[in-house]
Amino acid sequence: MKRIMIHEQYCVGCGLCEVHCLVQHSRSKKIIKAYREQRDEIVPAVQVERLGYESFALQCRHCDDALCIEACMTGALYRDPETGAVLCDTDRCVGCWMCIMVCDAGAIRPGPDGKIASKCDLCSGEEVPVCVENCPNEALVLEDEE
Amino acid sequence: MLNTDNIRSRQERSALPKWLVQSDFVVDRDESRCIQCEVCARQCANEVHELDADIMEMFSESELCVGCHRCVSLCPTNAVSVREVELDFRPNSNWTAPMIRNVYKQAEHGGVLLTGMGNPEELPVYWDRMLLNASQVTNPSIDPLREPMELLTHLGEKPQALEFDENGALKTQIAPQLELHVPVMFSAMSYGSISYHASIALAQAAHEVGTYANTGEGGLHEDIAEYADNMIVQVASGRFGVDADYLNAAAAVEIKIGQGAKPGIGGHLPGEKVDAEISATRMIPQGTDALSPAPHHDIYSIEDLRQLIFAIKEATRYRKPVGVKIAAVHHVAAIASGAVRAGADFVAIDGYRGGTGAAPTMIRDNVGIPIEFATAAVDARLREEGIRHEASLIVAGSFRCAADVVKAIALGADACYIGTAALVAMGCHLCQKCYTGKCNWGIATQDPALTRRLNPNIATRRLVNVLESWSHEIQEIMGGMGINAIESLRGNRDHIRGVNMSDRELAILGISAAGE
Repeated sequence: MKRIMIHEQYCVGCGLCEVHCLVQHSRSKKIIKAYREQRDEIVPAVQVERLGYESFALQCRHCDDALCIEACMTGALYRDPETGAVLCDTDRCVGCWMCIMVCDAGAIRPGPDGKIASKCDLCSGEEVPVCVENCPNEALVLEDEE
Repeated sequence: MLNTDNIRSRQERSALPKWLVQSDFVVDRDESRCIQCEVCARQCANEVHELDADIMEMFSESELCVGCHRCVSLCPTNAVSVREVELDFRPNSNWTAPMIRNVYKQAEHGGVLLTGMGNPEELPVYWDRMLLNASQVTNPSIDPLREPMELLTHLGEKPQALEFDENGALKTQIAPQLELHVPVMFSAMSYGSISYHASIALAQAAHEVGTYANTGEGGLHEDIAEYADNMIVQVASGRFGVDADYLNAAAAVEIKIGQGAKPGIGGHLPGEKVDAEISATRMIPQGTDALSPAPHHDIYSIEDLRQLIFAIKEATRYRKPVGVKIAAVHHVAAIASGAVRAGADFVAIDGYRGGTGAAPTMIRDNVGIPIEFATAAVDARLREEGIRHEASLIVAGSFRCAADVVKAIALGADACYIGTAALVAMGCHLCQKCYTGKCNWGIATQDPALTRRLNPNIATRRLVNVLESWSHEIQEIMGGMGINAIESLRGNRDHIRGVNMSDRELAILGISAAGE
């Protein structure tokens, strides 16, 4: 499967990945409207981690042996058979946050309503995830798994 | 006209009393579009933008803005724009705003005004007063997409005549040559003045296209040694990074006497930029200032220059072309002739528009002559003296487009160096603040927070694209003239006509006026 790879030495810490992730997962998908209406409703699934001048953008690794899927008691987390992406069925999620507890990468975050887990869905339907598409320095790239 | 003032950082600004501080730019923010994402704030090394989280509003301190457009380019909603300040002094053609502001600053700090990049003043650009020829009716033009079009260029000493033995094999020994697939090379830019990423991108791009990059006086970084076959190494007055391995690693050696942006002036890389990597590459202690003296202290005459040229030729066992780079100044033709007679295999001449990482403003804007005149004068002089074949002529000093290159070659140059154009290809916005070390585009800086902004893979790709597009354009122009090899264009001044020039200017350039 194709994965989002992080070349942290080129991450400029601008945060455009977070901006575009929020917009992509908004109702309107229009940047200004999304920020006005849903800024506090959406937690971007990608988050830039910063320490001094170093930074990198982290999102779900879509692990082959995804502990989150095993830990999910309602079966909300599942693997998409076509793309191999680990996805969340928000109707089933009860907000127990076991996924957050077991995630090695710390890539799953509590949803804004304190219930549903927010995680990367590889921008279902898009050829290239928006964080990759909008990274100004190609620090985030979509690469075939070796 | 751009203001070339030098005082920018918060600390430096505070040296000026508030009532004398004037902004160069105004940062406009369209509040209806701003989403307070803070991308602008995170990207500005000059700390112009700031979020007030209490009221969720972005504020910009215009007086700190250098006009580099990093924020404008990255703003996801196009909410930010930067414009030149409209604050005018009472109109005065003599005491222009930059002149007044410069005196304010010097009255405060008593120092030399510093600046970066090339001369931006409103002096004539003679390339823009030259027009090229094309074939009509009496000779056919050539379509470069359908017919071969040769750009291959060789730099180095050429034999005056060829001798063959009875079997037709070549007897004449050919001097070492550089082979260029496009008659454009990357000008000397040292690792130190530009970042590691920028240096490696230039080397990679030269390697990919089949041309050469120049180390400048920065030494040859071990990672760039991989591309040494496409590198020219420089021996300058500071002798940084020079040893026998350095000379033998590269394709050619260039002795730098001067550069167009600051003829007669040395260089100074501040100690804070000399980190472990630069210290190892330049072979100087970490944290020490890298001072290049104004002259080579062992060169005070053409005879001295000859000694150094032949010392380097001996060190490289006569396997590499050894050239000399000089700034275009008065009597440039005589100086170039001397360099050729001293044994230079190529002479590089840098015009007064040539760029730099740091130069005194007065020098950059007032010293030197246009490269157009220097090219024509040197080519003519070497021909008159019958020594044109002994050295190739490389010209530099602000080649902005393919047409400039074609005009230079028609005036008599063998190849061009591009420096500023290469930096622009990598993202430079010509804000002229290279000397502050705060290049927001990650090019002219050693700050690890900023250098990571230049991904060398992207930079290489963009440099290759520019060289390839210029190649196509040069081929198109040559095709239009009915010329199918760049050798036939070289020194072919009949293909240029001048407009808006005096007879004297036309005579020095050796071209006719339009309509003649």
